[in-house]
Amino acid sequence: MAAKQVNPTRMELTRLKKKRITAIRGHKLLKDKRDELMRQYLDLVRENMEVRRTVEAGIRSANRNFVIAKAGMSEAALNTALMAPKQEISLEADEKNVMSVDIPTFEYKTRTADENDIYSYGFAFTSSDLDGAVKSLADVLPAMIRLAECEKACQLMAAEIEKTRRRVNALEHVIIPETEESIKYITMKLDENERSTQIRLMKVKDMMLEDAHHYSEKQ
Amino acid sequence: MYKIAVVGDYDSIYGFATLGLGICPVKDREEIRDRLRRLVEEKYGIIYITEAAAAEVEDELEKYREKTLPAIIRIPGVSGNNGAGIEGVRKTVEQAVGSDILFGGVS
Repeated sequence: MAAKQVNPTRMELTRLKKKRITAIRGHKLLKDKRDELMRQYLDLVRENMEVRRTVEAGIRSANRNFVIAKAGMSEAALNTALMAPKQEISLEADEKNVMSVDIPTFEYKTRTADENDIYSYGFAFTSSDLDGAVKSLADVLPAMIRLAECEKACQLMAAEIEKTRRRVNALEHVIIPETEESIKYITMKLDENERSTQIRLMKVKDMMLEDAHHYSEKQ
Repeated sequence: MYKIAVVGDYDSIYGFATLGLGICPVKDREEIRDRLRRLVEEKYGIIYITEAAAAEVEDELEKYREKTLPAIIRIPGVSGNNGAGIEGVRKTVEQAVGSDILFGGVS
């Protein structure tokens, strides 16, 4: 690899040595960060997959129940029954910092504490299948909230891991070798300069002695 | 204080209204896009979107991927599950690890 153009001076050498130390330290830290992120991410993504499977199965069965409920009632009656929801959900979102990634945490509150408040209709004119359908959907809700939390965290962490991995690789394979190459180049150049100065001095000394004592004529 | 919304075709989502989630029945691509933008502005913390609707606005969803909020989550619609949700999880694994080492082959 061709070394970048650097000035072979002592000042540059000191600067590069400092840069190398920083780079090595940064590399170590980032590597640790990547490993820890990866460990947490793998745990999280496994949970993510599991929750997603639960939710998808839950929603599928809820949808099936709704189709059955719909079949047993007229469309107008169903729409009327569901027109004015009784329950309302408010969501508290907080941020949690995991290895410098801000992941959201959700907590939800229902407007009324009674969990049976989901039936927004009188029971007289609706089929009982609808009650079951609504209930089955309500049962999935906590898992759905958890899924949102998990999946968002996974997405954010995956992005962070990718970024960190790039940085680690850039340091390991580009910055550190390049700096070391430059350091080597400067040290060699400086040594070479020193040797040539030495030789020049010896030569000059010889010449001066020759001038003073005329050794060659005496031989 | 945030709210939760569900986006998709009416048949897939009308049930969620009883739970107190906001429902946004949508039909075509433009409507989904508009709706999504408006929901994000109106401080919805979680937006559930049916897989069919999500497939229409993939690029739009990509924009919100790296933001902390809102969390946009795919759910299966009434027409069935096309596996996009699971596929999404697998994609994050690929992004993080480089290749899918966890769920490869099994789904």
